[in-house]
Amino acid sequence: MSDTTTKGATQATATPPRPVEQGESLLRRHIASFFESKTATIGLVVLVALVFAAFSAPLWAPQNPYDLATLSIMDNMLPPGERLDTGMLAILGTDDQGRDMFSAVLYGMRVSLTVGTVSVLVAAIIGASVGVFAAYMGGRIESFIMRVVDLQLSFPAILVALILLAVFGRGVDKVIIALIIVQWAYYARTVRGSALVEKRREYIEAARCLSLPAYRLVFKHLLPNCLPPLIVVATVQIANAIALEATLSFLGVGVPVTEPSLGMLIANGYRYLLSGTYWISTFPGVALVILIVAINLVGDRLRDVLNPRLSR
Amino acid sequence: MLVYLIRRIGQSIMVVAVMATLVFLAVFAVGDPVAILASPDADQRELEAITTRLGLDRPIYEQFGIFVWNALQGDLGRSFVYAQPAVDVILQRFPATMELALAALILSILLGVPLGVIAGLKPESLLGRSIMTTSIFGFSLPNFWLGLMLILLFAVQLRWLPASGRGETVEVFGVHLSLFTWDGLRHLFLPALTLSLYKASLVIRIAQAGTREVMLQDYVRFARAKGLSYNRIVFVHVLKNMMIPVVTVLGLELGSMIAFAVVTETVFAYPGMGKLLIDSINRLDRPVIVAYLMLTVVIFVIINLVVDLLYAAIDPRVRLTESKG
Amino acid sequence: MSKAVLDVKDLSVSFRTREGLVTAVNSISFSVGAGEVLGLVGESGSGKSVTGLAVLGLIDPPGEIDPRSSIKINERELIGLPEEKLRRVRGKDVAMIFQDPMTTLNPVLRIDTQMIEAIRAHEKISEKAARERARQALEKVGIPSADERLKAYPGQFSGGMRQRVAIATALLNRPTVLVADEPTTALDVTIQAQILSEVQQLCSETGTALVWITHDLSVVAGLADRVAVMYAGRIVEEGPVSAVLEAPIHPYAAGLIGSVPSRNKRGVPLAQIRGMTPSLTNLPPGCPFAPRCDYATDICRSTMPEPTPYEGGRAARCHHPLSAPTPAAA
Repeated sequence: MSDTTTKGATQATATPPRPVEQGESLLRRHIASFFESKTATIGLVVLVALVFAAFSAPLWAPQNPYDLATLSIMDNMLPPGERLDTGMLAILGTDDQGRDMFSAVLYGMRVSLTVGTVSVLVAAIIGASVGVFAAYMGGRIESFIMRVVDLQLSFPAILVALILLAVFGRGVDKVIIALIIVQWAYYARTVRGSALVEKRREYIEAARCLSLPAYRLVFKHLLPNCLPPLIVVATVQIANAIALEATLSFLGVGVPVTEPSLGMLIANGYRYLLSGTYWISTFPGVALVILIVAINLVGDRLRDVLNPRLSR
Repeated sequence: MLVYLIRRIGQSIMVVAVMATLVFLAVFAVGDPVAILASPDADQRELEAITTRLGLDRPIYEQFGIFVWNALQGDLGRSFVYAQPAVDVILQRFPATMELALAALILSILLGVPLGVIAGLKPESLLGRSIMTTSIFGFSLPNFWLGLMLILLFAVQLRWLPASGRGETVEVFGVHLSLFTWDGLRHLFLPALTLSLYKASLVIRIAQAGTREVMLQDYVRFARAKGLSYNRIVFVHVLKNMMIPVVTVLGLELGSMIAFAVVTETVFAYPGMGKLLIDSINRLDRPVIVAYLMLTVVIFVIINLVVDLLYAAIDPRVRLTESKG
Repeated sequence: MSKAVLDVKDLSVSFRTREGLVTAVNSISFSVGAGEVLGLVGESGSGKSVTGLAVLGLIDPPGEIDPRSSIKINERELIGLPEEKLRRVRGKDVAMIFQDPMTTLNPVLRIDTQMIEAIRAHEKISEKAARERARQALEKVGIPSADERLKAYPGQFSGGMRQRVAIATALLNRPTVLVADEPTTALDVTIQAQILSEVQQLCSETGTALVWITHDLSVVAGLADRVAVMYAGRIVEEGPVSAVLEAPIHPYAAGLIGSVPSRNKRGVPLAQIRGMTPSLTNLPPGCPFAPRCDYATDICRSTMPEPTPYEGGRAARCHHPLSAPTPAAA
């Protein structure tokens, strides 16, 4: 059981290593193993449902919360379950401008999801490129890039984003840019780490000996093998990015008032919280939490599935 | 050890220098420094006075020299709102934020380590899995919303705890602290709990993984073969090994606690330097923002340094390799 | 043979795995007398390490000892003892040392802490007295300036020194039985020999029975009084070392002996046992060695041979015993 040295001929006949499964069968096994976890499956179902609900909202939401013309100030601060002047049911109540909170949450989720996903995608592409480049180049270039990455990562994202937005001003595009700037370094570090491990593997050596062109080496061999950790980090980062956007909007440096994200809606309700008007802040927050928890459950499971070293 | 210390301090000074340069470039070179550093409603004469005082008519390297020289003397400009040196304004709020961050740090250890160890000792049990799932929720709750909900529950509904402010303080060695008054503690509790929950989840995860890993080590088996009691194994052999990653991570997280205090302080209207930063951003009190940045950089660098030294102190393996080098 | 201080009867240990119940140790029996050395020999996965852990009651879920097994130390039954009573047996009546000295000592605790706690887990004595005993124990295993070394961390010791510390720790409470799970495998050859003879000497001084688990027959040859050869969870042959090495009964034992390089003549190719160790999840119905055995017949493939006693205190499980010694009268 614990013999590590191989002495004697009998020991030489150990089980040969299992052949590495590749391609589709591996993917299928990952998918099957993902659904073994009940919580992760629930997380994924909830996530898909929320994404669908948010992006199809214009088709079926009771109200367009951005269309100020349809809002009536007479309907403001209705508690959940009351009816608007138009007879529409506000199941989650209305805010100070008479906006139906249910519709506002759906639309807000759309903003949050867009900001989170777009910023993560762009940051992941930039970060991964930088990471692979650093690992591929090695030497001084690598250590310079990694110094920059370390320096950036030693400062909390919230602070850096806050300062950037204080300089940029408000706006969905500006929030996305700020989130990209604070996130790229995570991916650079992640990808560089796994690229370094891959680089030492024999097949890279073999590919080099065949004098394959550099771009092929990087894109066909190095990058695909760095994908699993990248996917895990990116998934969890979408949740973080959404939380970060909400926080920035809450602090008043994020998205503009005209396009309220979930964080913005919560901030709007903050003023009325102490007087007991709980619903304006609570429901967008619940939506935000469910969204983030769902993403994190999925990400957590992906980590276990894609990293067999951590699972038993 | 001494060589190591000198090398680490050297690195720290480098980081501060780099950050100072970045702040300089951002504030002085990219934007219009006069616009950034002057009060938005300053008239032409004031603007010219500032231009001359800052030496903006001189070449950029000279300007950089002046900025560094002033910064070294602790002069990062004057706050428009408070009409005081920006550094002084920040430093007045500093104790409140440190108090909050430390209280949150202690709370997250008190919550996270026991739960993480329990989950790590029995990873397959219902309790262990529940703790881990709960920790995902702890990760996922946005700090500010959690604060709002705690206010709603404890301040608005139950009326047990105050919703905002810092409460009564007492002066200890010239520093105003709220840790030693009942009123101060009541005000501190909700913000500290809010700030700690994310870190507590992090500690649970690290402690759980660490415990699981340590429990599989040969030395735990050997400790059991020696006939040690379960408690002795857990509290001495496992805990001591597991605390190394916890202390390292938490130490580094103290920095991010100070940063996240920006959010918590805003929610609870807690008069620390985080709230000051948000107020300054809203009032365009730029010298305070610059001062905040420089001070946080220095704090972070010091924290990193202290954590490294602490790490060396609790892990004999590090001590050994470093003293050889 | 003196009276048995360790008496194992019908010990079975199984593990619940995804592939089903795996029986790692299958109804094995052996006994060791005071001051005696038993070599427990087998390949990886033969169940020898699990046997050692079972003697200390250190089988953790998903592993489980068959409740019908019996492990007696000084005639006291250990199976079924509550954990707290087992704990008092461990380190006091039976101690264990492990394979890798680099990992058996806790890297963040000083040597003195780790030795003193081993004494104080079983005896109410002052810290000072315990420290003195730890110091003497270190000196006994040949560690110079023991006083100073007590204050050191494991990282400041070499592998051989660490194993000596582990041995000293294991012997602190003068255990009746010491289980040594390949404690020299990870060490340099010269240090191996030193440690072997030191343990042998210490055990004979105190009358400690020694169970030496190894895959290396040449170690057993110089050290043990008796040897038990394990294969796929069972003891296939047992007997006095010299008799077994000279005239093995079981073809597997013969194969093991044949594959030790030093025992072969120059120029003759090293003997090998063909095939692979069987997976414990799907053992063949008969003798587990049959697929690899040159002498196997149909009965071997269908029926598990029962342990048969032979003259000279030997026993083997084989339908076709080699060197055909006289079976002992039943």
